[in-house]
Amino acid sequence: MEYILMIIGAVLVNNIILVQFLGICPFLGVSNKVSTALGMGMAVVFVMTLATLVTATLQKYVLLPFQITYLQTIVFILVIASLVQMVEIVLKKVSPPLYQALGVFLPLITTNCAVLGVAIKVTEQELIKGHGFSILDSTLYAVAVAIGFTLAIVIFAGLREQLELVDIPKGMKGVPIALITAGILAMAFMGFANLV
Amino acid sequence: MSKWNILTKGFFKENPSLILVLGTCPTLAVTTSVNNAIGMGAATTFVLLMSNILISLLKNVIPDKVRIPCFIVIIATFVSMVDLLIQGFVPALSASLGVFIPLIVVNCIVLGRAEAFASKNGVWDSILDGLGMGIGFTISLILIATVREVLGAGAFMGHQFIPADYNILIFVLAPGAFIVYGFIMALVRHILNKVEAKRKAKCAVAK
Repeated sequence: MEYILMIIGAVLVNNIILVQFLGICPFLGVSNKVSTALGMGMAVVFVMTLATLVTATLQKYVLLPFQITYLQTIVFILVIASLVQMVEIVLKKVSPPLYQALGVFLPLITTNCAVLGVAIKVTEQELIKGHGFSILDSTLYAVAVAIGFTLAIVIFAGLREQLELVDIPKGMKGVPIALITAGILAMAFMGFANLV
Repeated sequence: MSKWNILTKGFFKENPSLILVLGTCPTLAVTTSVNNAIGMGAATTFVLLMSNILISLLKNVIPDKVRIPCFIVIIATFVSMVDLLIQGFVPALSASLGVFIPLIVVNCIVLGRAEAFASKNGVWDSILDGLGMGIGFTISLILIATVREVLGAGAFMGHQFIPADYNILIFVLAPGAFIVYGFIMALVRHILNKVEAKRKAKCAVAK
């Protein structure tokens, strides 16, 4: 039960893009078409889950026992960057169709602040009361967050496809109107506020 | 390009968050109050300046193929320093900015300037470029934060001047961030378009 609550909380109530403002760059950058948005979402699910699994393990067995948590930022960003590179190489060799689908998005994910943000966030707060810091909880949370990311970016891409056809003032075209649309979408997501 | 141009291009014409749309995450997240905006702007400016200096000094030593990981390590070092300094000296700011201080590492502005400017130019130009971009980023943060704080909390830098009953709470919440950012970006683009059109008209007359 508590796992279900955590997942609903991460997907809808505290949506990573619309409530926590992480991962806005890909949210604005690759949301012109629903199909590319879906590809980006899948790539984020894949990388975020792997990255959080690895960083949480490092946190538990290396950083905490040796009391070097002040190195957290450097260690995590290096691990994530090299992990993304490795995933790219492995995918190219093992599953060319999956690489075809996700390949273009993988390099972009290194500088996606959502991945590093979640990796740091799970070490800072107790995800489920009484569990303390646990690798399983952290990884599950990362999966849920990534699903929330996919949900938001796909809905937003659907809206932006319609926006292309609208006649709006010149200064508003492109990113500004997209931001205002995102604001209204965020307002809709506020409706989930007291769900959990 | 003159030295003055290198410094001032980040203020308005190539403003990182309003024109280039870089560093959007902190722009949206920390602009709930002007104090937060100044804190975040100062932290980012410091990281930009220091990483620009170090990278422009090391640009001949760093091999081209592994330059991005090298840049990230340099940036992450300065970000960790800033993070620890803020935790030590201004714990209140550290609490309200939270995860966004370590996230300066993945702020596209910092890596973008390292790649586009510091790795190709000398130290002095890189210092000016880092300072200019950092100040431009801070200006845009303060602009957005002012609108959000005045409308949403009825205050400026923590001094309340509109009673709490008349505040529009939505502006300090998440949707307000997107909407205010969108409108300010549209306004700045509109003004730049106007200025550009006027300049062109003047040139045409002169001819």
